[in-house]
Amino acid sequence: MKIHIKNGRLIDPKNKIDAQQDLYIAAGKIVGIGEPPEGYVANQVIDASKLVVCPGLVDISARLREPGYEHIATLESEMQAAVAGGITSLACPPDTDPVLDEPGLVEMLKHRAKQLNLAHVYPLGALTSQLAGKEITEMSELTEAGCVGFAQADAAITDTQVLWRAMQYAATFGYTVWLRPEEAYLARGGVAHDGEVAARLGLKGIPSAAETLAIATILRVAEETGAKIHLCRLSTAEGVEMVSSAKKKGLQVSCDVSANHLHLTEHDIGFFDSNCHLKPPVRSIRDKAGLSAGVKSGSVDAICSDHTPVDDDCKLLPFAEAEAGATGLELLLSLTIKWAQQEKVSLLDALYRITTSPAQILGINAGDLSINSDADICIFDADIYWKVTSGALYSQGKNSPFTGLELPGKVRYTIINGHIRYQSD
Amino acid sequence: MFNPQLNQDGKLKHLLTIEGLPKAIITQILDTAESFVGVAEREVKKVPLLRGKTVCNIFFENSTRTRTTFEIAAKRLSADVINLNVNTSSQSKGETILDTIDNLTAMHADMFVVRHAQSGAAHLIAKHVAPHIHVVNAGDGRHAHPTQGLLDVFTVRRYKPDMHNLRVAIVGDVLHSRVARSEIHALTTLGVPEVRVIAPKTLLPTDVEKLGVHVYHDMREGLKDVDVIMMLRLQNERMVGAMLPSAQEYFKSYGLTQEKLALARPDAIVMHPGPMNRGVEIDSAVADGKQSVILPQVTYGIAVRMAVMSILAGNA
Repeated sequence: MKIHIKNGRLIDPKNKIDAQQDLYIAAGKIVGIGEPPEGYVANQVIDASKLVVCPGLVDISARLREPGYEHIATLESEMQAAVAGGITSLACPPDTDPVLDEPGLVEMLKHRAKQLNLAHVYPLGALTSQLAGKEITEMSELTEAGCVGFAQADAAITDTQVLWRAMQYAATFGYTVWLRPEEAYLARGGVAHDGEVAARLGLKGIPSAAETLAIATILRVAEETGAKIHLCRLSTAEGVEMVSSAKKKGLQVSCDVSANHLHLTEHDIGFFDSNCHLKPPVRSIRDKAGLSAGVKSGSVDAICSDHTPVDDDCKLLPFAEAEAGATGLELLLSLTIKWAQQEKVSLLDALYRITTSPAQILGINAGDLSINSDADICIFDADIYWKVTSGALYSQGKNSPFTGLELPGKVRYTIINGHIRYQSD
Repeated sequence: MFNPQLNQDGKLKHLLTIEGLPKAIITQILDTAESFVGVAEREVKKVPLLRGKTVCNIFFENSTRTRTTFEIAAKRLSADVINLNVNTSSQSKGETILDTIDNLTAMHADMFVVRHAQSGAAHLIAKHVAPHIHVVNAGDGRHAHPTQGLLDVFTVRRYKPDMHNLRVAIVGDVLHSRVARSEIHALTTLGVPEVRVIAPKTLLPTDVEKLGVHVYHDMREGLKDVDVIMMLRLQNERMVGAMLPSAQEYFKSYGLTQEKLALARPDAIVMHPGPMNRGVEIDSAVADGKQSVILPQVTYGIAVRMAVMSILAGNA
């Protein structure tokens, strides 16, 4: 299949290209930019006039709910949602049921995903068995099965000796350890940022120190053990500063924020809106500004969707009892564009955080439009606004703090390995 | 900002929290309550304002005093009253709050009086019910207990009519107290210039000063020259643990004794939402002393709840 994408605004964040150029695809690869290779005859021409042509998005935190939670969402529905959101590669955390702590499970998930022939799925294996924080998993075997890193999802390792050993072992083989920094005891029972809104609404707070204490511990252990670390979904301004200084010190550390946290603060909880019940909690205005500044400066490497489909009934409960999480795959691009507009960041720099940079964190060959790279491409209209409604989403998770809002950016085509896997008018 | 308690005409549709209630509505409730205080002293203690209406008291959390006063209030308004203690029935069978509410709606209830252990439960129910149904929050988690807040300011107003010239101290476990939050909003909305909270740091919410209060950790300091002292109940489970070392030590620092009361203005009144822990947050001599208005609070509680229910029933 040879596809010629013509007249588009080509943005390749890795190669710093933002220009009107044609793109030529053949045999699943990008074979030409600007000029076709000799003798190229396209089978299909996509007119991308007024559209942006960029690398397919790479989302480093998307829960697909399989195996174990198929009543909430299935691989089919969520993979369809991914391509509808322009996402061509995604990493999923290991908190499925059963937990992704055995090679067989990882192979099965990879196989199921491959059969669907949609986005590439990169599982994160469990760092400890059952995510219980006691025994480390067979990391080499899991890597062979397809894991790209090792994570604890939302289960913190409270035993620092286990944390130390897990990092030592991962460092032995050069595996990346993915941790969401949250000190479990300090965060215990909390459901919202420990600040003004929690005080008013009488919600149990999670202090910012729950994050910063965990970051301090993780960074220290990483420095001692030489482990490569990725910190997931930072929520505090101080956390970003800590990661920034660790990077300056030369530690192998990267981090991400969820697109939700670039837009929401504790005040968005309003009158107990359970759609804003997220993990980590949305925090103060100052924290939001700090996260935003971190993404701009590069202290924060990537923006993820933190896609967490939740059953409707699990949100129709008092705030604290409602399940945390929001749908995200189909909002990642739009929320990133909206953020870029508000913060006066160029589209190229914004797209870098959802393409090239997350691909580098995962260590995968994706997120750019270089010649001979895989033809994973997203073509979108940056100027069109769409309204977030449950009907507009392919994901089975319909809960979003942004429901009813108009967001910029609509995906027109998603191409994976040179094949059109999603198309909309 | 959209206020889920008010209808399109800005009238009270539900009573969920005092936060955000216009001063005029609070004053209307208090004035209406004044007219009901006399009803209890009459030979026939009933008025027909809620005749033919069904009030459902749904308590997902135990309560004796609040439930009883709501029941008496509804009955004095001639309503039919149904009491349900849900924690002992359907919740243990796994029914969700909203399912319970749907079932009772199908039985043609007109008003729900709801207590629940989770903050925000009353808002959730109010958002869910059919348009003709009114919801009264009888306490949700740590969030709000608006009728208690109203009866407290009603009591204050009766003893200290000039609200613009008062110093009020709220003493105790503010962190876990829905009563404290409702009192703070009621007092500040009615224009009380100085509201103090007195507690150890472990029993105060982070950023509590953003509610418009002055924070004191030393009770002797905090009680100086106050006109009103509102004591809070200390739950048994909080008396020992990481928040407090013991009930005895708490009493020593934050228990209200005659000696500490003497630091307040000589005509200061002492209040408590009940049930009291004598010897933990308050000394018996103070609780039963001449400055205590704790029992009148209970009496006024009925009048205030009658006022709330009759106003709600009158607003479509």
